[in-house]
Amino acid sequence: MTIQELESQIVDEFAAFDDWLDKYDLILDMGKSLPPIDPKYKTDQFIISGCQSKVWLHAEYRDGKVYFTADSDAIITKGIVSMLVSVLSGQTPDAIQSADLSFIDRIGLKEHLSPTRSNGLASMVKQMKLYAMVFKMKS
Amino acid sequence: MPFSITDIRADFPILSQTIYKRPLIYFDNAATTQKPMQVINAISDYYLHDNCNIHRGVHYLSVKATEAFEEARKEVREFINAPSTHEVVFTKGASESLNLVAASFGKKFIKEGDEVITTIMEHHSNFVPWQIICGEKGAMLKVANILPDGQLDLEHLYSLITEHTKIIAITHVSNVLGTINPIKEIIAFAHSKGIPVLVDGAQGVSHIKVDVTDLDCDFYCFSGHKMYGPMGMGVLYGKEKWLEELPPYQSGGEMVKDVTIEKTTYNELPFKFEAGTPNVEGVMGLRAAVQYLKALGMDEIRAYEDSLLKHAFERLSAIKDIRFFGTAPDKASMVSFLIGDIHPFDAGTIIDKMGIAVRTGHHCAQPLIDHFGIPGTVRASFALYNTIEEIDKLADAVSRVKTMFR
Repeated sequence: MTIQELESQIVDEFAAFDDWLDKYDLILDMGKSLPPIDPKYKTDQFIISGCQSKVWLHAEYRDGKVYFTADSDAIITKGIVSMLVSVLSGQTPDAIQSADLSFIDRIGLKEHLSPTRSNGLASMVKQMKLYAMVFKMKS
Repeated sequence: MPFSITDIRADFPILSQTIYKRPLIYFDNAATTQKPMQVINAISDYYLHDNCNIHRGVHYLSVKATEAFEEARKEVREFINAPSTHEVVFTKGASESLNLVAASFGKKFIKEGDEVITTIMEHHSNFVPWQIICGEKGAMLKVANILPDGQLDLEHLYSLITEHTKIIAITHVSNVLGTINPIKEIIAFAHSKGIPVLVDGAQGVSHIKVDVTDLDCDFYCFSGHKMYGPMGMGVLYGKEKWLEELPPYQSGGEMVKDVTIEKTTYNELPFKFEAGTPNVEGVMGLRAAVQYLKALGMDEIRAYEDSLLKHAFERLSAIKDIRFFGTAPDKASMVSFLIGDIHPFDAGTIIDKMGIAVRTGHHCAQPLIDHFGIPGTVRASFALYNTIEEIDKLADAVSRVKTMFR
């Protein structure tokens, strides 16, 4: 599926819920479906530091596509990390670099990607795009 | 004025709004309090009727604004019972007051091999300025520990004092633990060794009756915006003997007496430390805030807030796995806690969606949070307009968080 199709899928899932707390229940479930990151990458080298919660991100390049694994110490952050990974992992560097990730805004979670939220997510998106750029330049 | 919570809440229109389809509950008062109409009106009245640059003008408005400004200084003096108005310096906040003392005191009195003592429970604003000046001068910053319940370890604090100690910088009330430090006792002990004491009162003035003459502190710093006044406005109280000795912090207009190409002489206190056009609207707002607190009575406010704190402990401690940080017997009205191993960011996000503003994270006190070995806390800090019912809703929200992250 394309990034846009994956984004729409998530937006549809959220549309089923009206109450914020139900939406957050869904975010928590998404966190649980995030494939685990290899513990050897859960080190300071792979950390994206926010003021409040931490995110670990690892990227691999295989057959022209970028594969991400990630984790966070906060469960809500992990849920949003999971959405970003599921949308961007397995895509080409070009697609990742041009993704606008508007689904976060469309499901009402824009605040979580704000740099002032200090949970590491805004930096995480930057880092994912940076990986895509570097892999593209190397290939 | 009798302490009527209904009347008080009517003074704070911001509190009657709905967020996420729920009534707003504001428990982030240690970060900043809301402002009563009296403060908001004082600021708009100033711009509607009195706006003018103060002090040197000879015309009607300048005289009127200057009088109001200096009248405000008198009311602040009275509020903290400072001996004299020229010991009350207006700054842009507690942080600036603290930076002013650290920089000016450090410049004149701290040299290589000297020591400054602070505590592990300080806000970064009373920690980093001392770290910087000690670094510049080759002096040592010593840090007093706390006991498990969040009280200051006085024995440890006193054991740090040597003949090289130049100043003790300590908070009145911890912004994370709520601990009220026995500063009067500490000041008396320090003075017996000839050491001055600076008190960070940012979390003190809105909760406790502060009497700087009785405390005998050498410096007391606080912000207007944490005591129902406007942002960008603060106070430095300093004993005259120190303020006379300290070099100016900033230079510019107002703070000078005579400037020639060769030399500048400085204005008298407190103007020596008030360079440039001051925040006059802020001072007008602060004056209204002081009048508001005075009318309610600090003892009445303290008694009411204590009842809120007691209720919060009762309700929250009934929740299994809750961990409190800061349970000292003498404590201001705030609770810092974690629910089991639930990340404070997760807890705070859900509590917010239930319409309750709490603060999560390290609260600008990283050394303290590191001391506990936790990622941060959830902090609910109460003010004179909060209610028992609001605390019940917080307890319900915390229970909800617990179920969600089970």
